[in-house]
Amino acid sequence: MDISVTVNGKTHDCLDDEDGPGESLLFLLRERIGLIGPKNACEQGECGSCAVWLDGVLVNSCLVLSAQADGCSVRTVEGLTSETAGPLETSGAARVPATSGALHPVQQAFLDAGAVQCGFCTPGMVVTATDLLERLPRPSDAEVRREMAGNLCRCTGYQQIVEAVLLAAERMAGPASPEVGQP
Amino acid sequence: MTAQGIGTSPARTDGPAKVSGTFVYSSDLSAEDMVWAATLRSPHPSALIRSIDTTAALKFPGVLDVITHADIPGRKLFGQMKVDQPVLAADRVRHHGEAVAVVAAVDLETARAAAGLVHVDYDVRPPVTDAATALDAASDPVHPDGNLVTHTRIRRGAAQSGELPTADVVVRGSYSLGMQDQAFLGTESGLAVPTGDGGVELRIATQWLHLDQEQVALCLGLPPDKVVLKHAGVGGAFGAREDLSLHVHACLLALRLNRPVKMVYTRTESFFGHVHRHPAELHYEHGATSDGRLLYVRADIVLDGGAYASSSPAIAGNAATHAVGPYAVPHVQVDARAVYTNNPPCGAMRGFGTVQPCFAYESQMDRLATALGMHPVEFRQRNALREGASLPTGQVLDSPAPVAELLERLRGLPLPASDPAQPAHVARGVGYAACLKNTGFSEGFDDYSTARVRLEVVDGALLATVSSAAAEVGQGVIGIQRQIVATELGVHRIEVRQEDSRFGTAGPSSASRQTYVTGGAVREACRRVRADVLTLLHESGAELPSPSWQLHEGAVVDDAGRPVARLAALLGGRVIERTAEFHHRKTFPLDPETGQGNSSMQFGFAAHRAVVEVDRELGLVKVIDLAIAQDVGRAINPAAVAGQLRGGTVQGVGLALLEEIELDGGRVLNPSFAGYLLPTMADVPPVRVEILERADPHAPYGLRGIGELPSISATPAVAAAVRAATGIDLDRVPIRPDHLLAGLPDPAQQ
Repeated sequence: MDISVTVNGKTHDCLDDEDGPGESLLFLLRERIGLIGPKNACEQGECGSCAVWLDGVLVNSCLVLSAQADGCSVRTVEGLTSETAGPLETSGAARVPATSGALHPVQQAFLDAGAVQCGFCTPGMVVTATDLLERLPRPSDAEVRREMAGNLCRCTGYQQIVEAVLLAAERMAGPASPEVGQP
Repeated sequence: MTAQGIGTSPARTDGPAKVSGTFVYSSDLSAEDMVWAATLRSPHPSALIRSIDTTAALKFPGVLDVITHADIPGRKLFGQMKVDQPVLAADRVRHHGEAVAVVAAVDLETARAAAGLVHVDYDVRPPVTDAATALDAASDPVHPDGNLVTHTRIRRGAAQSGELPTADVVVRGSYSLGMQDQAFLGTESGLAVPTGDGGVELRIATQWLHLDQEQVALCLGLPPDKVVLKHAGVGGAFGAREDLSLHVHACLLALRLNRPVKMVYTRTESFFGHVHRHPAELHYEHGATSDGRLLYVRADIVLDGGAYASSSPAIAGNAATHAVGPYAVPHVQVDARAVYTNNPPCGAMRGFGTVQPCFAYESQMDRLATALGMHPVEFRQRNALREGASLPTGQVLDSPAPVAELLERLRGLPLPASDPAQPAHVARGVGYAACLKNTGFSEGFDDYSTARVRLEVVDGALLATVSSAAAEVGQGVIGIQRQIVATELGVHRIEVRQEDSRFGTAGPSSASRQTYVTGGAVREACRRVRADVLTLLHESGAELPSPSWQLHEGAVVDDAGRPVARLAALLGGRVIERTAEFHHRKTFPLDPETGQGNSSMQFGFAAHRAVVEVDRELGLVKVIDLAIAQDVGRAINPAAVAGQLRGGTVQGVGLALLEEIELDGGRVLNPSFAGYLLPTMADVPPVRVEILERADPHAPYGLRGIGELPSISATPAVAAAVRAATGIDLDRVPIRPDHLLAGLPDPAQQ
């Protein structure tokens, strides 16, 4: 079937494999549209590396059939940079390294906190963290660890990632106000 | 300190691309006219192959080519230390998941579907699955020359005459470890592109281009200059990218089809596509005096190497040389064997043969402390290695060995406050462990590195370009090279070039060696550049400069730090370019009978403290506090050091509590992240990092290799904490809930 999907503000008309078993949204994004930000590390929803927003809802794109995205709006990690930097050609966004001036505050915080090593988990972490901060602007350390436990990282031991999310929260929402009821 | 120089933590230059999703990993590569390939793997751990029929696969619409062992044009076997592994299985398969055939097709789905149409007629044989009995005469040979891969012996002190002394306190124990996976997130992947002259170029995620290139050329039967390997973005490594995987398959198909061929393993396939950490059985006997001094250690270690040797010979060597840990022991008898079985092949993983004995010797140290009525830290400190002490190999430690101090640091850290609301069935325990690890290849191997540094004025400003073939696997070696150039040449504008296999080797990004060895090569190249600058200064009419003058902030400065000349003006249009190889100090093979010899260029030391809470009703362990203390010699990039220490520690926690490739008759039962559990963010606490910097006078800048140590003693520290919480004498990792529930008294009876 034909699938029409809007990715980071740009509409793509894609021909899904008619005879195949159906492709995932991750496959559509990576192999048909040419975005490399969503990563394929497990293809079974265990690692969060492929996290994107589907009509504003955080999903593991490996678990979504591409047909389910027909008529939907998808936002990927590339969309975070282009939102900050202004619209970029999709192909350009996929191939040209961004400058730090164009980064989303969550992306910048990942750099500043030393949360990146091999970086393979990073796009999914950045997307998930951004989603978390949109829902919960001032999470605690424990809340970050609970909310982001669906994203695996093998390099960092997670601490710098948690610190990055807390740093981004502070920069985006301002310093924490004293919590009511705390002694 | 130069801004951006060593000792600072500049931001990663690959960071912006990595956080933006624009960094190109090996799995992100593409090329015009590219096709895909997929691998058919053996469902059996052991079988003879009667025949392989590719007819149906070749007829499948969209299929372009199918290769089997018969199509390998050159050497049909590979192996980094022992050439024993088929590029594609020939007359038999020796492990579940062994590659048998590879199909190229117009797209990935077609290639995968057609791989299932390759018909292999197997004669299934009973597999050899028990490493402990694989050397028995009754065991079937996995390879024609038998099941012993290697046997390393250490005989120190009285053990050389075959007699160990009598001790006041003797503790015996047997320990075992499951098979751990490196579980990097970026699976095996690469793109092979024919070059049009009968050669091929492979862009691949690897730890060592040059070793791969040599093996690929041999297997393709091509002259070395027809095969070029280039670094592609690496999604983690941890030892799993030291052996060949899809390299020859993709290159051969690209040459046969004269089209670019891309391969990407699925996660499941990745579990079959690389070696794992050796499972091990370890039998230990420690003897100590009544005042708490170690007298002797007897250790018998069997490592399950699986179906092919990979780096088992060096791993067994490490298991032997590190068998007693960071302690002084006068009498040592160690036998470490690696054996073939029909289990999945095992090889390099962070820690490289030292993780297994560490779990055993640290468990023994705790038992000894208990038997002697001593605190586990005090007992370790009493026996800790110090500078000037001898290892079981007879090698004398000729640089700082602050083992006792590392433990002291940990003991001094506050413990988490106890929770008064904690239910009675949750018990808390604290555990300590320490370790040592060699840096670099050992036993006489010259794993040198090559670097080139170029200094010039471009667009009116100084530019330094540093080139090496060092693999950036996430550890930050690109940044390290930049920092060294900043320090040595005092230049701000620095480009780092990741060279391909036509450049001189950097050796692998493994063995905690890359900062030491490639860092050493970059430093040496910089110093040659500086010497040329000083010569240029003299030729320009200045007084004879002292060789000790430095380059700083774009100027030549004298010994007092006064600027003597502006570098840009001095250079003008000249380009200074120097290449250097760095060869670390010589190491020596072990004596085959006694295991004596100065086998390693350097040792590093680390220790962990773990605090756990064990739910006695559920058998679940929660790690609530973790700390590591490590001597890093010199922290070239403190933020990167902390990242290595924390990441390694969590991998060690994974081995203690979660991670195991489960086997049944040689079959892998859990080749996925649904079945193979990695620690998540919610499973681990923050990791406190205590860094000591006791310079090694023999190493560049005094640095020590740091990458592996954090993953070694974390495992026994967690195990010790669980023992302390439960009183159960655990002798295996990973620790499972049923191990705890079986050993715990029924809470209802208490």
